[in-house]
Amino acid sequence: MRYFEDVVVLTRKDLLLELRARDTLPAMLLFVVAALVVFHFALPADAGELAGLGLLWVAIVFTALLGLSRAWTPEREQGVIDGLVLAPADRSAIWAGKAIASFAFLAAAEVVALPAFGLFFSGLDAAVVAGVLLADVGICAVGAFLAAVSAATRARELLLPVLFLPLVIPIVVGGVGASVTDAPARYLAFLALYDALFATLCWASFEYVVTE
Amino acid sequence: MLAGGLLVAAVALIAYYAPLDADQGLSQKIFYFHVPIALTAYACFGWGAWKALRVLWKRDEDADLESYVAIHQGTIFGALTLVTGSIWARASWGVWWSWSSRQLVLFLVLFLFYCAYFMLRFSVEPGQRRANLSAVYALFGVVLIPVSFLAIRLAEDFIHPTVFTSHGPQMSGSMFFTFCVAWAAMLATAFALYSIELAGKRLDFRLRELKELLT
Repeated sequence: MRYFEDVVVLTRKDLLLELRARDTLPAMLLFVVAALVVFHFALPADAGELAGLGLLWVAIVFTALLGLSRAWTPEREQGVIDGLVLAPADRSAIWAGKAIASFAFLAAAEVVALPAFGLFFSGLDAAVVAGVLLADVGICAVGAFLAAVSAATRARELLLPVLFLPLVIPIVVGGVGASVTDAPARYLAFLALYDALFATLCWASFEYVVTE
Repeated sequence: MLAGGLLVAAVALIAYYAPLDADQGLSQKIFYFHVPIALTAYACFGWGAWKALRVLWKRDEDADLESYVAIHQGTIFGALTLVTGSIWARASWGVWWSWSSRQLVLFLVLFLFYCAYFMLRFSVEPGQRRANLSAVYALFGVVLIPVSFLAIRLAEDFIHPTVFTSHGPQMSGSMFFTFCVAWAAMLATAFALYSIELAGKRLDFRLRELKELLT
């Protein structure tokens, strides 16, 4: 159970840091609402409900990107990452803690974004919410991992969207499918499969990202 | 040598031996380039990921370069797949690009993914760190291939509600034989290019080492 304690401690550290500094979450909230307003003007009048639901997914992915691009900045600037790697804990716990913290931020942003979407565009049903939750798991698992990869490069934040977007295409397919079709079950199952596959891969290979 | 011979044989077979397709006529012949090139690209990506696994697992230092070169060849063949597929789409459907062609969409996603691989690789200083990051990303690639394939199949249901069957007519014997020769030729070509690039890169590396020793 040491492992879970480590993950909890690392998650708590990120949440506490955000609570005190308020760096990321306000930016994500403002961004997602502003993006929804932009989408209103980007859609022609007769575009219909389904186009709006598609754009909701664009908003979610880019809001997540905004938060993730800064996910490892405190660690890097203060040299915390070296300390974490030296700590007598499994390295994958560092990734798990960061992914859970990112998930918390993204979910908090969506607590505002989904009602705002319902207000501006169309009502949401349970399938959309379930799709968003499942997609968040995948986005944060892969995103926290790739943010660590891009933080280790010279290009830093610039590289994250380039690495992230090709990997997130299946999530968008699953999410949009769950939102716009009448039979969302298989799309939700697909999202769950994606989460399981990529979370396992990230968990197994994170050690190689932070060590040499 | 073998690759060149096989390529000549394949082109000759495609031009003179394989029968014309009843529906598509001459334009169907690009099939003998397009599909073998696509399968060869998969083989390259798979080989690159296998070498990447060796980097992480066995700490095999040569495998890093081998993985990179394999993925480089795979990306070149992937780009060729996109080009030949686009020409085929133009010839048979009248458009240069069609989102309803699963293979083309999949290759577009993979092409973007592996271009990002090069961006990643070239923004890290050479060394163990770069080998690790490249290898991890290459492993993501082989997981992404089946997942994207599944995703594109699922996406068709809400983007294109009509179900269409994959490659209608079965291949006749002579077509299949030509196809196999073309595939062998592509694999041999990829392997030849892979060996040449690997030898070149290794020579470069040794030359740089010698230069450093001299200065």
